[in-house]
Amino acid sequence: MSFHTASIADLSKGLAAGTYSSVELTRYFLARIQRFNEGLNAFITVTEEQALAAAAAADAQRAAGQAGRLTGVPIAHKDIFCTAGVRTSCGSRMLDNFIAPYDATVVARMAAAGIVSLGKTNMDEFAMGSSNETSWYGPVRNPWDHAKVPGGSSGGSAAAVAGRLVPAATGTDTGGSIRQPAALVGISGIKPTYGRVSRYGMIAFASSLDQAGIMAPSAEDCAYLLGAMAGFDPRDSTSVDRPVPDYVAELGAPLAGLRIGVLTEFMGQGLEAETGARVREAIEVYRRLGATVVDVSCPRLPLSVPTYYVVAPAECSSNLSRFDGVRFGYRCEKPRDLLDLYQRSRAEGFGPEVQRRIMTGTYVLSAGYYDAYYLQAQKVRTLIAEDFKRAFAEVDLILCPTAPGPAFGIGAKVDDPVTMYLNDIYTIGANLAGLPAMSVPCGFDGGLPVGLQLIGPHFSEGRMLAAAHAYQRETDWHQRVPAAYA
Amino acid sequence: MSLTRHDVEGIARLARLQVSDADLTAYAGSLSKILAFVEQLSSVDTAAVEPMAHPLAGEAQRLRPDVVSEGDRRELYQRNAPAVESGLYVVPKVIE
Repeated sequence: MSFHTASIADLSKGLAAGTYSSVELTRYFLARIQRFNEGLNAFITVTEEQALAAAAAADAQRAAGQAGRLTGVPIAHKDIFCTAGVRTSCGSRMLDNFIAPYDATVVARMAAAGIVSLGKTNMDEFAMGSSNETSWYGPVRNPWDHAKVPGGSSGGSAAAVAGRLVPAATGTDTGGSIRQPAALVGISGIKPTYGRVSRYGMIAFASSLDQAGIMAPSAEDCAYLLGAMAGFDPRDSTSVDRPVPDYVAELGAPLAGLRIGVLTEFMGQGLEAETGARVREAIEVYRRLGATVVDVSCPRLPLSVPTYYVVAPAECSSNLSRFDGVRFGYRCEKPRDLLDLYQRSRAEGFGPEVQRRIMTGTYVLSAGYYDAYYLQAQKVRTLIAEDFKRAFAEVDLILCPTAPGPAFGIGAKVDDPVTMYLNDIYTIGANLAGLPAMSVPCGFDGGLPVGLQLIGPHFSEGRMLAAAHAYQRETDWHQRVPAAYA
Repeated sequence: MSLTRHDVEGIARLARLQVSDADLTAYAGSLSKILAFVEQLSSVDTAAVEPMAHPLAGEAQRLRPDVVSEGDRRELYQRNAPAVESGLYVVPKVIE
């Protein structure tokens, strides 16, 4: 049986009916990882032994009549989530030797739901990158074309799901790190509202922007898994105490009457022609399905990239000061004194992009520059959030592209950080305003997938997933699998 | 805003990063590019605008009672430390 083309709903049914066991499923996907990971470099660590033990436990739970709808379903975790007893590297040499002493809340919740983790996926170092090229463990390859990047920073999760090495994988999104890779490999990915999913045990990059989410072939798959991740956590002071709806039950909501705004700022200059054409075709599908489609404008949104590249480095420079070579992580050889220990451990443990961002952040927060850079960026952030608020007074959802073009070549943008940063121009705004947003595949540009982005008001994940699901009932882009992985 | 090698040296010292002589020039170039790019923010009129530190306005961050909520797991945590002796983290001599 081809488990790798089955949906989460199918797997859930098959497990419930006893057609197959979780151990069988787990062995099947572990074999696919074994077969394909060398070419993709999507996994940093494969936890075969723990996965088979968890699968056996899931089967036992089912035999005892205590299974939930996700008991026994295999997934993978981005290597930014702490997993007790398993190396948690965050894609960095700094944490290459770090064995997490506890589970992230996301990991613990999913395990409690009976979900089986197959391993930890590759990522840009400390989630800083848009191509997965900053990883200490080497670049991940795009299953559609191994010479192309899978996007980043959740590039390993994206490639693993796109190559169907695993039915779904967790990701994190600080400026587009779930949505942009989802777009570049042709899968679905949702970044929920800030505060919806606990950040406890998720290694911090920029705390006012970071949010965990899920990546899978379809919006329906995402709906199944998001419910198992979301919810209040007293261990994360930014976690929101608000009930989690049943996203699966909400999938059937009709599109008729839904007001959709097409974001005019993101449909013109800077958008590659074929990518733009695919997005316009997707908008036509929504019109045909009965949604009311209008234009909306967020005039300050084009300022989101410069705003982000002040706010995110500032927060990163503060968060990453904990890596000092003393309590955990990499320590340099034979330090002369304490200062030398700090400086060399950090210089040798962090890669160049992480060091560049730490220095950018250190600079914008330093005396004499704080007001001009950081405070000003926080004020522009307010203006961007106000633009969205005004737009959501008129429409229920905003549509735009996820990325300006399809996947680019490995090595093509590494020499110019600003060019690389501009790849996130369409995704960063949702992080600055804390809004939920997702990407769904909507066709191809030169044989490479294109993503359509949906952005909604705070806590509108249910409506957003339903709107994406309605589109996916009309189209089959989310079911396309690269030929070598079919 | 253009940064010199000397500026980068100062920033690296604040950030506790040792930057090699060869890399100073490269970082001066790329950091200057980034600062030139974010410079466009200065032209936005924000005179009457409040800065935004948290994306959910009105959702004040919770405080918890100042009581111990987690058990002592020092030994487990110290397994990740580069050097430990008698439950203490070992660093190069600080006081002569």
